[in-house]
Amino acid sequence: MARRARRMEDQEIVKEFLIESNDNLSRLEQEMVELERRPRDTELLASVFRTFHTIKGTCGFLGYGKLERVAHQAENVLSQLRSGSQTFTSGLASLVLEAVDVLRRHLRAIEAGGQEAAEDSADLCRRLEEASRGSACTLSEAASPAEVEAAAQKVSGGVADSAIRVDVHLLDKLMNLVGELVLTRNQILQFSAQQEGAALSATSQRLNLITSELQEGVMKTRMQPIGVVWNKLPRLVRDVATACGKQIALELEGADTEMDKTIIEAIKDPLTHIVRNCGDHGIERTEVRLGRGKPAQGRISLRAFHEGGQVIIEIGDDGGGVDTEKVKAKAVLNGLIRPDQAERLGEREALNLLFLPGFSTAEKVTNVSGRGVGMDVVRTNIEKIGGTVDLSSRFGEGTTVKLKIPLTLAIIPGLVVTLGDCRGEAPNGKKGKGGQHFVIPQVSLVELVRLEGEAALRSIERIRNTAVYRLRGNLLPVVYLREVLGLEGLAVDSDTINIAVLQAEDRQFGLVVEGVKDTQEIVVKPLGKHLKGLNCYAGATIMGDGRVALILDVMGIAQKCGEVAGGHERTRVESDMRLENVADTKQTYLLFRAGPFERLAVPLSLVARLEEFPLSHVERAANHLVVQYRGQILPLVPLAQILEPGSADTAGSQDPVQAIVFSDGDRRIGLLVDQLLDIVDDAVSVRQVSGRKGLLGSAVIGKLVTDMLDLDAVICSASGVWNQEEAEVPEGATVMLAEGSTFSRGILRASLEMAGYRVVEASTAAEALTQLARVKVNVVVTALDLPGGGGYEFLEKMRKDPSLAGVPVLALAASAGDTSQRAAQPGAFQDYLIRGDRDAMLRSIHRLASVLNSQSAAPEPTVEKG
Amino acid sequence: MLTTGTISSLESSSRSLSGQYSTFDVAGFYFGIDVLQVQEVLRYQRMTPVPLAPAVIEGLINLRGQIVTAMDMRQRLGLPPRADGETAMNVVVRTEEGVVSLLVDEIGDVVEAESSSFERPPENLDPAIRNLVRGIHKLKDRLLLVLDTDQTLKLDTGNGQSLN
Repeated sequence: MARRARRMEDQEIVKEFLIESNDNLSRLEQEMVELERRPRDTELLASVFRTFHTIKGTCGFLGYGKLERVAHQAENVLSQLRSGSQTFTSGLASLVLEAVDVLRRHLRAIEAGGQEAAEDSADLCRRLEEASRGSACTLSEAASPAEVEAAAQKVSGGVADSAIRVDVHLLDKLMNLVGELVLTRNQILQFSAQQEGAALSATSQRLNLITSELQEGVMKTRMQPIGVVWNKLPRLVRDVATACGKQIALELEGADTEMDKTIIEAIKDPLTHIVRNCGDHGIERTEVRLGRGKPAQGRISLRAFHEGGQVIIEIGDDGGGVDTEKVKAKAVLNGLIRPDQAERLGEREALNLLFLPGFSTAEKVTNVSGRGVGMDVVRTNIEKIGGTVDLSSRFGEGTTVKLKIPLTLAIIPGLVVTLGDCRGEAPNGKKGKGGQHFVIPQVSLVELVRLEGEAALRSIERIRNTAVYRLRGNLLPVVYLREVLGLEGLAVDSDTINIAVLQAEDRQFGLVVEGVKDTQEIVVKPLGKHLKGLNCYAGATIMGDGRVALILDVMGIAQKCGEVAGGHERTRVESDMRLENVADTKQTYLLFRAGPFERLAVPLSLVARLEEFPLSHVERAANHLVVQYRGQILPLVPLAQILEPGSADTAGSQDPVQAIVFSDGDRRIGLLVDQLLDIVDDAVSVRQVSGRKGLLGSAVIGKLVTDMLDLDAVICSASGVWNQEEAEVPEGATVMLAEGSTFSRGILRASLEMAGYRVVEASTAAEALTQLARVKVNVVVTALDLPGGGGYEFLEKMRKDPSLAGVPVLALAASAGDTSQRAAQPGAFQDYLIRGDRDAMLRSIHRLASVLNSQSAAPEPTVEKG
Repeated sequence: MLTTGTISSLESSSRSLSGQYSTFDVAGFYFGIDVLQVQEVLRYQRMTPVPLAPAVIEGLINLRGQIVTAMDMRQRLGLPPRADGETAMNVVVRTEEGVVSLLVDEIGDVVEAESSSFERPPENLDPAIRNLVRGIHKLKDRLLLVLDTDQTLKLDTGNGQSLN
């Protein structure tokens, strides 16, 4: 009769029993699967036997009769195997595993309601009994009770006695307390920084150290090796293989990779589902595999490792891969996307269809998987803990699913940024006035860019609604935090701009904030239910001064702005298809109108700058349009006239003219267009090839048919219109570089030498003159603020020397406003440029150097203001 | 099962008729919440506004290390905002889903009321307010409006103010 365990101590005992037995059964399952590979391994057999024996014993003690019976029968079978009276067969293994399942069911029932499950497994017991009698004759070898006892006793020494069981709730509590401690420590540090006193200082330092170590220690207690989740997989794979009639081997690598317990709990189910999918849909049936020249046994491999603050889990199979055509067809069939959308999908996006709810390509839905509720739930669960799921596949060869999961959630380093004026106290109770602090998680921060003065005004370019910043050659879409949060106030153009370059999955964008403070360790606290829905916040934290600060959710902000250059089109396309991943095949395109061509596109990455000039600045030189631009002369070519010669020049006659500037090495050219339309992110394949010179063809971009510009052809054609000299550096050409700052000189020297010039350096006017007396130079480049009198004085001194009369001098100024009046005087510099434009400088030097070569007379001073 | 400190809403509704109430003033209206639902009352706490949050959420406060959402009762009840310079007091209530602070004008005393004085809310009470009131107690000198805390904290069905 089962004793009803009512009292607290009994409840504790039962709880212990349940935990232990579940652990034991898990281990047993693994061992069973191992046994199939090594059926004669006596260690394994003994271990399995002991497990059943232990369970049987405890069940008897606690009065769980059904459990006892099943365990007893299984124990008998095992004893046969252990003694060698029977050999291990698959059939026996299945039988034993069946018993394990029954035991588990009983355990679950006990956990839920205190009693065993209703079933009495009479049939199973009978079969077990028959099995244990099996090939009966050598039964005399059955272990005597004494032997069994001895075997069971051998166990205890091996078990790790240096470990202790702790309730997870207790660990959670500790974790919270440590979090509070971290916040309090931050506050103490802040106060002690403001106070004098060595004692306070020293003590708070110690507090700091201790807290950090404690934090680390507690986080470690919650870390478990991922093997804990993995140990169920061998059994799972075995079951799937048997159910589907396939042969599958499972490889596990990195089982000791550690993760926080809550995360392990969260990925258990997704992992199981993915592995099931591999077995069910991925690996082909044996005959199919052989027919494809693959080994009969399929392979599923799991690899776990740490990388960049995250845990990466790769689940791969060498099965048939994903048939994207079938996937697309199924999606259309299920009404998830429209046929025209399906056609436009690249490989990557087609794979993403698998993540849509209600999707399944299984021809018949098996009870193993394929009920169409799978991958979208996997993705949701993984994303809930801040991770990402990615799927890649090679048709015919296999599929790989990659999970990226953050290591720990609760305490993270973050960068504190501000909006508005944070120096005073915010007035009581009023929103929007005064400044606010926000935190950007360090893990999403790529770099910080600070723009001051002129750079701040000019560096951020705008195309209609999208701001972009050119970061080392790449156009980075930029959003203003103030705008994202819908706050009014401070005008966007101030004289300092801070851009935080953030990473959201595989996209980067810039977030403009107004102030940047320091990096701190912060404790992430979740927001209450009323605010949980705001996806631009990942939580909140308490700063050192006790104020609450919101933590920005980088992914949320990225999605909210539909960023990555003019995403309003993209978010529409995406929301139609409910896809989230950016495909590799997508590119960013600049759309514009020119003449009779209503909608033209060119990849944005090829564009150097977008400029606008007042019509009055456009000049004609030898029948071509030009404009003075950054110390250079920029040829302007109306695009429409290249594409359709003879068409009206609408672009060249509007005011202001719009030019798209392209660079080709040292050359620049501005194509005049009628209107810039938009910047769009899209994946296209050229649909229709065009016979027209200058166009690659037409494609659908942003849902509309668009003509694709053949940039190379256009530039070639345009260059034919305007003959550019080949800038070749004459042999032995030497440049004198007179510049006070060592740093700037170094940079300039490098540029000049790269271009092929010999460089002679001087840091003052006097030094320069001395050098000039000794070395013949072709061109002199001098800084206007040259130490020892400045550029002008240096020039005057040079001109006094007749041997230097013919040497052209190029002046480099710090900014445009500089002494422009003096530059207009005769006898002044041959050229005058603003620092920073390397191309312009080199072009100028090329020109001056070659002019010198081709003309013996002193060159006419031509001054171009930058 | 009644345990000290928390009461399920079912329990509290059957108990609202008599008992002790924590009281407070909002724009001249006198409200009361079952004392067992109120964790504490405090004076104005420095608030961090949450941009993009629903208008009734005034911000977040730091309550001894816990971050608590503060909801402005004037807004919630559709009443005109406080005058410039006037600060709000915090009534911190405990619910199953967590702790929320209600911003009110003045904190009142704890009062006792009997079931005999309990009535349904009057018809001429502004619907925006009536929706959030379970009933009234006719006290000696004034009417005490019994606040329906659960309804107050539920934003998706509130007063035409939508969440998001």
